[in-house]
Amino acid sequence: MAELFLEILSEEIPARMQARAADDLKRLMADGLKKAGLEFENARTFVTPRRLVFVADGIPESTPDISEERKGPATDAPEQALNGFLGSTGLTIDQCEKREIKGREFYFVVIEKPGAAAGDILPGVITEALSALPWAKSMKWANHDLRWVRPLHGLVCLFDGKPLSVTFGPVSSTGATVGHRFMSPAAITVSSFDEYKAKLSAVKVMIDPSERRDLIASDAAKLAGTEGLMVKDDKGLLDEVAGLVEWPVVLMGRIDDQFMDLPPEVLTTSMRSHQKYFACLDSSGNLANRFIVVANTETKDGGAQVTAGNERVLNARLADARFFWDLDQQSSLASRAPALKDRIFHARLGTLDDKVDRMQALAAEIAGFVDGADKDKARSAARLAKADLSTGMVAEFPDLQGIMGRYYAQHDGESTEVADAIAEHYAPQGPGDTCPTKPISVCVALADKIDTLVGFFGIDEKPTGSKDPYALRRAALGVIRLILENDHRIPLSRVFSTAAKLYDGHEDDGAGLLDFFADRLKVHLKEQGVRHDLIDAVFALGGEDDLVRLLARVDALKGFLATDDGANLLAAYKRAANILRIEEKKDGTAFNAGVDAALLTQDEERALHDYLQAMGTDITSSLAAENFTAVMEKLAGARPLVDAFFDKVTVNDDDAAVRVNRLNLLALVRRSVDEIADFSRIEG
Amino acid sequence: MSGASDKSKSFQSIILALQTFWADQGCVIIQPYDVEVGAGTFHPATTLRALWPEIWNAAYVQPSRRPTDGRYGKNPNRLQHYYQFQVLMKPSPTNIQEMYLQSLATIGIDPDYHDIRFVEDDWESPTLGAWGLGWEVWCDGMEVSQFTYFQQVGGMDCTPVPVELTYGLERLAMYVQGVENVYDLDWDGVPKDQGGKTYGDIYLENEQQHSAYNFEIADTDVLRRHFEDAEKECARILEARLPLPAYDQCLKASHLFNLLDARGVISVTERAAYIGRVRTLAKGCCEQWVEIHKASDLDGGAA
Repeated sequence: MAELFLEILSEEIPARMQARAADDLKRLMADGLKKAGLEFENARTFVTPRRLVFVADGIPESTPDISEERKGPATDAPEQALNGFLGSTGLTIDQCEKREIKGREFYFVVIEKPGAAAGDILPGVITEALSALPWAKSMKWANHDLRWVRPLHGLVCLFDGKPLSVTFGPVSSTGATVGHRFMSPAAITVSSFDEYKAKLSAVKVMIDPSERRDLIASDAAKLAGTEGLMVKDDKGLLDEVAGLVEWPVVLMGRIDDQFMDLPPEVLTTSMRSHQKYFACLDSSGNLANRFIVVANTETKDGGAQVTAGNERVLNARLADARFFWDLDQQSSLASRAPALKDRIFHARLGTLDDKVDRMQALAAEIAGFVDGADKDKARSAARLAKADLSTGMVAEFPDLQGIMGRYYAQHDGESTEVADAIAEHYAPQGPGDTCPTKPISVCVALADKIDTLVGFFGIDEKPTGSKDPYALRRAALGVIRLILENDHRIPLSRVFSTAAKLYDGHEDDGAGLLDFFADRLKVHLKEQGVRHDLIDAVFALGGEDDLVRLLARVDALKGFLATDDGANLLAAYKRAANILRIEEKKDGTAFNAGVDAALLTQDEERALHDYLQAMGTDITSSLAAENFTAVMEKLAGARPLVDAFFDKVTVNDDDAAVRVNRLNLLALVRRSVDEIADFSRIEG
Repeated sequence: MSGASDKSKSFQSIILALQTFWADQGCVIIQPYDVEVGAGTFHPATTLRALWPEIWNAAYVQPSRRPTDGRYGKNPNRLQHYYQFQVLMKPSPTNIQEMYLQSLATIGIDPDYHDIRFVEDDWESPTLGAWGLGWEVWCDGMEVSQFTYFQQVGGMDCTPVPVELTYGLERLAMYVQGVENVYDLDWDGVPKDQGGKTYGDIYLENEQQHSAYNFEIADTDVLRRHFEDAEKECARILEARLPLPAYDQCLKASHLFNLLDARGVISVTERAAYIGRVRTLAKGCCEQWVEIHKASDLDGGAA
């Protein structure tokens, strides 16, 4: 049992690709080892900007001997068949034995496959895994044909402490690697993973990304602590920064006070997106005038020049931001609206100016269904929602769209509601994003998303499979969350049709869009643990475009099915439906006629019929009042009667007329229950 | 801050040091191309030679023009005319990263005191139909160079693969001299009282006048007409199978487009169409140049 160790040294691997590459290498090596018949345990990978490392323990010296028995042709089969068999096994006729199976004689052979030395197999396993390793983007370099993420420089392959000879593209394995690019670039030899890890640590390379992350997080917290500050949490940035360094050195720099009155989002975005700095917060959660930068090297002056350099770069960037901030405020947001005429929303859907026109009308209509929303404010907010796109700041930092709009709207003296709606109308941008709750924000957010959905569905640009270039699924989920989380009663069909009319000569595909919403709603509710069959059962009724009511129905149904009555009624329903299916097939007809009360002979069938008659009226009024609990109670009341019917009454009576009448009664049961939900779609 | 009369850190000394360094690495030191270009990449010594089938190592300074970046001399970092130092080595040497780092050391950027990083940045030029993978090189958080392994130019594969290094000279010099404003850069290392010149002494007026021209004065009808003339002329020269003079017309068209863009008269839709037109010219020149070099052993002549 021995260790297999592999290091692939290359030029800097993009940070965003490292974790995936490590996972892929582990999977491909594990698959390759299994396929080669080599056991292993504890397979691990590590990654730094310059290295991919794989290690596994417990690999045997050789694969086991295998003997395999194979059945050949019958002894009386034509000679070609025998020759073919011998050819495929590589054996001769005298190595075959004859055995009788069910009165016929067959040739049999036993093929002995001796095990192979692991050291002979492993190079093939490794090159195969490396060749199969997928990169999001790969390249060629110099005169080589191999494609890799960046040029390769070395391979270290060890099995049982001894170098394995492996060639991959232009590189061949050696027993030596190098240390940190600047601090310790000399060659070092290794003979095991433990030795490798220790020696690399000594030459300033920390191979484990999670160790680098932890070190950055704790050093950053310590440094910020010296000033009584906290580091602003940013897991995405932490992962990225850990992928930019082999030896993290955490330093703290100072933001020039003259920039501290810029909006905090401008400061954090300048720091984060371009410079990969962490922001610091004071004890009341406000942005502090310090930043954390992670260098890749220990310098002779303890990072003094590195810190000073980073401060200068940040100050230059913030000077630019200040320039935009001052300049942008010289023109009002309203005066920027015409610039949207130059921005294409989609070649077939017009400009952003057109979109904003439509959004205004749509937001005003939606305001009619949103408690506390003023139509005029909704319209004003929609008109200004995209105006910040032509500001210098948003051109420089696209992530600040909406957020800058709020600041500029406040500066122009717009109301808080309008300013907030400008900032919030892009949200929610996914399941984890905060969902707006303020009425005007909700109206504009809905108008923006519904306009996009209706537009793209109208030109048949719907998401297919994994392709969703216009993020329509996310937009639909946004609409669902805005409606459900705020409990707004919005008739979607009507809003879709208004949205479609706002596009000139646009096909109204409201129905297709509603089906798309049904799917998105299922996905959304499933994530919250709601059974998709219940959603199906309620959706199957059709005509429901009020998501809040739909969900109330699903909830009531769920509650009902969890009771004994519910479970039994479902079973009885299925039984009735089964009988009907069989009998309808037999008779070649559907039992939809009314029940003839005169032909009901037994008490149980009369009682059931009476109940269902009365229930029909009650349910209609309860449904109209949206009292779904009352509906379910009515259904529960039917359960003992249905049970008694099945207990005492024989459906297939000898008298044909009685039989048909009883089948019609079962059909009434099915129909009555289906009023509430399509029970045939419910599992269980 | 250091700088003022430190000769080794002057703008021209940095250029000289880079030229000497890359000459020592076997590069041909050539001179700037004499047509307006947006970046050193557009010099035929890069664009066309990247497609050449043989060894090609070259380095040069290229004045570059980006009319929209003009700020009338008021912004300390942005210029509509600036200098790039460009290196192209084909095939890409195995130790190119080490060579590049040594070049930084020769101009005073010592990794014992600075944090130098290779941060993913893939390069693409829609006008040239070109792309490559590489990094921007950071020194203490500042981008000092672009480092790219060219994969395609003019829509064609580059075989063997060249590597392109582009140094932003003003930015690098500002860093080395510790200067906050580009116009304060010491150009020659000569003390002021002996006639020493700063970047501003040489270029401030140029930025002011050209910014005004680019944003206000340029006659857009004339520019559009010249664009069309250059486009037609390029096609006509290609018919005569002379890709090098044809490529000059492609460069002129590209610069005229940039001027129109600065005048703010190009709408979003038009913009894509203009870029497409320049790309067609660039592709035509590249394809013909490759064709000619496949057909004969004709060597030299270009660039």
